[in-house]
This record gives sequence, C-alpha cells and structure tokens, in this order.
Amino acid sequence: MPDVFPPDTVRCDACPVLCYIKRGHAGACDRYANVEGQLVRVDPHILLDRAKSQGTPLVPFLEREGDWDGKIMKGQETFVTAIGAGTTYPDYKPAPFIVSSEVEGVDMVTVVTEGIFSYCGVKLKIDTDRHLGPERNLVRAQGEPVGHVTTAEYGSQMLSLGGVHHLTGGSKTEGRVTCETLLDLCNGKEVELAIDEGASVRVAAGKPPVVNGQREERMRVGCGSATIGMFAKQWFGKVDDVVVVDDHITGVLSEHQAGKLLGVRETGIAIQGRRSTPGRYFQVAEPGTGWGGTNISDPLTILKPFKPKFAWPNLRLLMVSTTGEQFAYYELDEALHPVEKALPEALKESVGRIRENCEPALTMVLFMGGAGGSLRAGVTENPVKLTDSVKRKLTRVTCGGASAYIWPGGGITFMVDVTRMPENAFGYVPTPALVAPIEFTLKKDDYALLGGHMDYVRPLGDVLKEKERQRQLISHAQNPWPLKPNTGSSKS
Amino acid sequence: MREPALIRMLPGGPRMHLHDGPIDLILEANGTRHAVSAAYEAAARRFVSILDELCGELQLLRQAARTDSERPRGVVARRMFAAVEPYCEDCLITPMAAVAGSVAEEILEAMTAVSYLDRAYVNNGGDIAMHLRDCQWYKIGMVERPDRPSLFGSLEISAADPVRGIATSGWRGRSFSLGIADAVTVLSDSASVADAAATVIANAVNLPDHPAVTRVPAWDISPDSDLGELPVTRDVGLLSHAEIDAALENGVRIATLLRERGLIHSAALCLQKCVRVLPSVSTKSESDRGDGFPTPSAPELHAQLELARRTNLHA
Repeated sequence: MPDVFPPDTVRCDACPVLCYIKRGHAGACDRYANVEGQLVRVDPHILLDRAKSQGTPLVPFLEREGDWDGKIMKGQETFVTAIGAGTTYPDYKPAPFIVSSEVEGVDMVTVVTEGIFSYCGVKLKIDTDRHLGPERNLVRAQGEPVGHVTTAEYGSQMLSLGGVHHLTGGSKTEGRVTCETLLDLCNGKEVELAIDEGASVRVAAGKPPVVNGQREERMRVGCGSATIGMFAKQWFGKVDDVVVVDDHITGVLSEHQAGKLLGVRETGIAIQGRRSTPGRYFQVAEPGTGWGGTNISDPLTILKPFKPKFAWPNLRLLMVSTTGEQFAYYELDEALHPVEKALPEALKESVGRIRENCEPALTMVLFMGGAGGSLRAGVTENPVKLTDSVKRKLTRVTCGGASAYIWPGGGITFMVDVTRMPENAFGYVPTPALVAPIEFTLKKDDYALLGGHMDYVRPLGDVLKEKERQRQLISHAQNPWPLKPNTGSSKS
Repeated sequence: MREPALIRMLPGGPRMHLHDGPIDLILEANGTRHAVSAAYEAAARRFVSILDELCGELQLLRQAARTDSERPRGVVARRMFAAVEPYCEDCLITPMAAVAGSVAEEILEAMTAVSYLDRAYVNNGGDIAMHLRDCQWYKIGMVERPDRPSLFGSLEISAADPVRGIATSGWRGRSFSLGIADAVTVLSDSASVADAAATVIANAVNLPDHPAVTRVPAWDISPDSDLGELPVTRDVGLLSHAEIDAALENGVRIATLLRERGLIHSAALCLQKCVRVLPSVSTKSESDRGDGFPTPSAPELHAQLELARRTNLHA
C-alpha cells in the first residue's frame, strides 16, 4: 500500500473490507464509490416518477438519458424510495439517504432507509363468506404455525400472521417459515396456508383467494337480511317467497320487514336455525364452504315442512346465496313439497343483479411494523421528537412511496398496503426479520427543529446524478404524492 | 456503518440471492422440497459470517503466497491458499485470486452437508461451484465480455464429468488482471481451483509493453489492492490478427501446462472476438480469419469442449 493517499481518498465502512476508495472510483463491491471526496452508495435504488397517467411500464433509468435536460432536477417529480437504500442497523448513524428537494416553494427533506423489522407481521383480509376456520385457531404454512384466525369483518375473513412470537419466539423452523411466508406475501407472491380445523387457502396480495382449491370470485352483496331489503321490490309479484341463504343471517322475504311493507303474503315457510327477528335467522347450518358460507350444498336442507295452514300448491320459491353464485327455484306440489324448476326469466335479472353488486373477492395484505430505536436514530438525534412529529402529521411516513397508516398512541407503528408498493420491495435478514423500506418526509425547517442530521442532507440533484445504479418507476396512481407539503402547522 | 448481509429469494424462480459487502451470490438447488429449503437455510446461515471471517485475516490474504508463508486459519481462507499454492513458486499470486471460487465452494458444501440434493450451484459473479448427482447435468452459457453479456458458447457438465467448478477471469471483470484477455473460462475439479487457474491463464494472455495496452499500477486505482504497484490492464486498443494470436498463444501454453499438472480440465480463451479452446491448440483460427474476427459457433465450441472433457479426465 502506498504510504500517503491522495487527500480525498475515503475509507468505506459499509462492510469489514474497509476499502480505501480514491476519488472517482468504487470500492471492491462496486456499490459504494467516492464521488468528489464523498462516500456514496451507488446501488440500484428505486426512485418514483410522478406521472399523470397510470400504467406506464417500468422505465430503466438509463433509457431516459437521451432526454436528460435537467428537467428532472426540478425535484418534485421524483421521490427517492428506501428500496435498495440500505440500512444503518445496528449502528446509530444517520440514515443512508437524507435527501432535500424543493416542492411548491417549500424545502422538503426525505429520510430514506431500509428498516429491519423483527416486530412485524401482515394482516390478511380475505374477501369470502366461507368459513376458513374457528377464530383464534392457528394458521400454518408448510406445517409451521405462522399466525392465527382473528375477528372476521363484514364480508371478509381476517388472518393475522407473523409477529415476534412466531418469528423469534418459536422453533428455528417456525421462525424461518414465518419469515418466508411474510416475505412472499409482502412481495405479492402466492402462499398456501392451512387453518387448524378449517380450510386450506391460497392467497396473494391483490388476487382472488382460493379456498380449498376453489377460486373465490365475489364478495357477498350484504348479509341475507340486507339482501332481502335491497331486492324485495324487484322480487315482489314475480315470486311468492325468497330465502337468501347466509351463514351469518339468512333472510326470508315473506317474514322480513321489507316483505311485510310490500304486502307479501305469508307462505307458511319454516326455517331451521335460530330466529333473531322476523325474517332473520342465525345458524341455519354449520359454517362451511357451501352456499353463503354455510356447509350446505342442497338448500332444501334448511327448510322444515311448509305449514299447510298458510302454504298452497304451486307456491313459487327462490333460494339464493348472498353472492348470487348459487340459486335454485322451486314450486310446491299438491303435497306442498318443493319441486325444483328452471329459473323463470323474470327472476334471472334479480339473481344477476345480486351477482353484479358483489365486488370482486380479493386478498389484501397489509404489512404492519414498528419503527424502533436505531431506525429512528438514523433520522434524528432525538428519536422521540420524530415520533412526535409523525403524530402531529408534520412528518409523512411512506413505504416505497406508498402512504402508511400510523397507529395512534406510542411509537411509530404503521400499516401499509403492499399492493401500493413497487414490486419486490421487501427483503429479509436471517435473524429472522423482514427488511422493509421506510421514508420520512418533512419540511427542512421542521427537520432541523427535531434534531435531524442536517450535515447529511444531500440535494435531490446529487442523488439523481448516480443514475447508473438507480431504477426509476412510475408512482402508483392511487398513492398521494409523498412529497406534497403537509398542511399541518410547523410551529412547535 | 456495517450493513447486514442481505438474504432473499429472487423473483420468478426458486433462486436465492446472498449479498454481503463485495460478495454477491446467486444459488439454486434442486431436490425434494424439504431438502431444498434445508439447503437454502444452511447456505444463509453459513453465509452471514463469511465476510467477517475473511476480513479477519485480510492482511495475510493480500500478501503473495509463498511456500514458507504463514498459513491462514479460516476455512475459506485455507481453501484460497490451497488453490493458489501450486503457482506460488512460478509467479506472484495472492490467495485473493481464489476468493470468489472459494466462497462459492464453501456455501455449496454447507448446502450439500445438510441436504441430499439432486443438483445445486452457487454462482459468485461467474465463479461457479456445482453439485451434480446421478444423471443430473447443467447447461452453462459463456460470455466473452462480462460488461456486454452475450453468449459465445455453451457447455454441458454432467454428473459423470469430473468438473465441479467453473471460473472466468479477464481485464473487463470486477477484479484486476495483469493480462489482456477479455475472458478466460476454466473448468476444474472445484471452483476455488478454477478461480486461481483462470486468473493465472488470463494474466498470461498478454503482450508485454504493447503501446495499445493501457496499464496502471493497481494501487493507483485501489490503494489497498493485493496487487500493489503491479500494472493492471485498464484498456486494450484494437490489435492485429498476429498480435491476438501471439497473446492467445501465451495463454494456451500456460493452460496446457496447467492441464498437464492436473489443475484444469479445459479452458476457453477470448481476446477481441477470437476464441481458443483447449485442446485445439491448432491454427484453426488462422484459416478462418479471412474477413475480420471469426467466432466459433456455439455447437462447434461445444464439440471442442466436449472433446476436451473426454480426453482429459485427470491428467
């Protein structure tokens, strides 16, 4: 080694090789370089382009070089994401990128880092009425427990996966499989999950769920009772009674308030299960993957014999599920037994309408994590001030440019829809823990006030110059532009 | 700010990406689902400490290997030293010449130690360690210019072949070269042995003091390079046919020697679109060269490599 280095040689401390890098050269990894005496990361690093139109394909940075006329230097059109930015963990050092840009006359700073989240997981909202398994039961991937069934929501089953107890609190295999499952779900890949005493599902973010091998097409329009309310007028006069089969609340037109108001005649129909209020029945069958989230495949099994006092031969009965996917039409014979007939034209429309009003069934994956100590220290010397600034909405939190929902209360616990983030934005470390991008954007003045690493702030233009290692993507059309200045008060 | 190692599965296939500092590996294993996931886990677990182990004795590993050198202690470092030791009396070589192949080999061994795999590879920037069982094989594409990847040939390595390591060296690659070869690809028993041999052969493809070749002392570019003040190739101007021939001839001579010593099975040498493949040390390229720079077609090259493989099972 020469005894004396040129004055602007830098020593890179990103890895234990500790390369000496001369001005204008890169280290052994080709990822860190000495740019005018500064150590700079030159990895592929994802930038978002604000675009008016949606659906423009990925634009490799270099292809834009031809029309590079300083236009992009205006800054507000480009947002530096944390994907590929690297992390400073476990050292309490400034974040890898602290970028300033001027937006609508306001100086903004974005602190960009990839966080390592050992406290993290995903919440899965699976649009289906089918019973996936009892609440609190374990959800398994490759046989390992990775989460549990949690409180169901309207029209959707909810799973909670991951979290520190599965990642690091169980066996090594459990941790590894949990990490793999979370990573795949966050990166939009399909994952197979089995629920104890329940169904097996194949799910991927933004795609229809597959329950026990059957693709779920639509969400129910409402519960059985709500469906009666919504369609009573359309049925009136075309059919004598309608049963909307639903695992939650099965509705019966002739007994339901909506039917009564229209003057629907009593039909003598009798339903299995527990009557809640007139025309509304709980527990007509067991939960399952049949009609309307019940376990039945023949709807007649939920009917008791018609009461001869009220029923009459040729009485017309429609039975339909809450999604309109299953339906059957019957007329009573002389003995008042239902006999299946073809669905009359006049009723086809209403069944079709139920189906039309059911939104496509999807699985949505929300990543949930907490920004902890060292990550916040990378943003400011006084981490609690960052929390405070986020709470007061002075600091916007995004993940790969997608806006994050911040939980009220202590810490920075956030949720983000992974389908709003660029592809393959997540990575992992063998701890096991997930690596997720996170960006904090705030006014430069506010950043100084909360004890930000002002010496490390670099103008956006400087970051953009390292273009051969960057990838530029078009921002997701539904995401608010992350750099738009907040309207919150900056006085503190 | 020491960055943690990155471990992730690549999109669009069951390939794993391991990255730490200057080490960047792509690996894939085939076998039962259980075997594959156990292998990936083993690879990741072995990987996370490798860079620190190597850096712990980096000073030693950057010094020229000599028969009386202090031996390094780390498993990977010992592998590196063993790979370069056969050359240490003939030329200046440091264990760093075999670092990429040695790391690939170490990770592959970690995988095969815990799993019964059909086949697996660990690719460390073109230096590849392979595992092949029974009737398994790999088809491998070769590029002459790593900066402009286009295949100039391909080869198949099957379980019956003795080859388990492939390495490529050249001045356009990530490491410095003393020679002017665009790429020298070598097949050996193991990746570490191939890595060292590729370095030595690529250094030998040379035209000393040629004005068209720009050389710079290694430490002018990288102050802590293991090559110190040795002149490394930074650019090669257009060469005449005779010059290309002469340079390749030098390389082929060394490659033949290494094959006789049992260090390599075969090698393909590329310089400005001309390719020589062992053992066809004939003047074939001369007869072809009426109009510019011929490249052997892939099947032709394949046949040559095929021949090389069959006639050279352990010299």
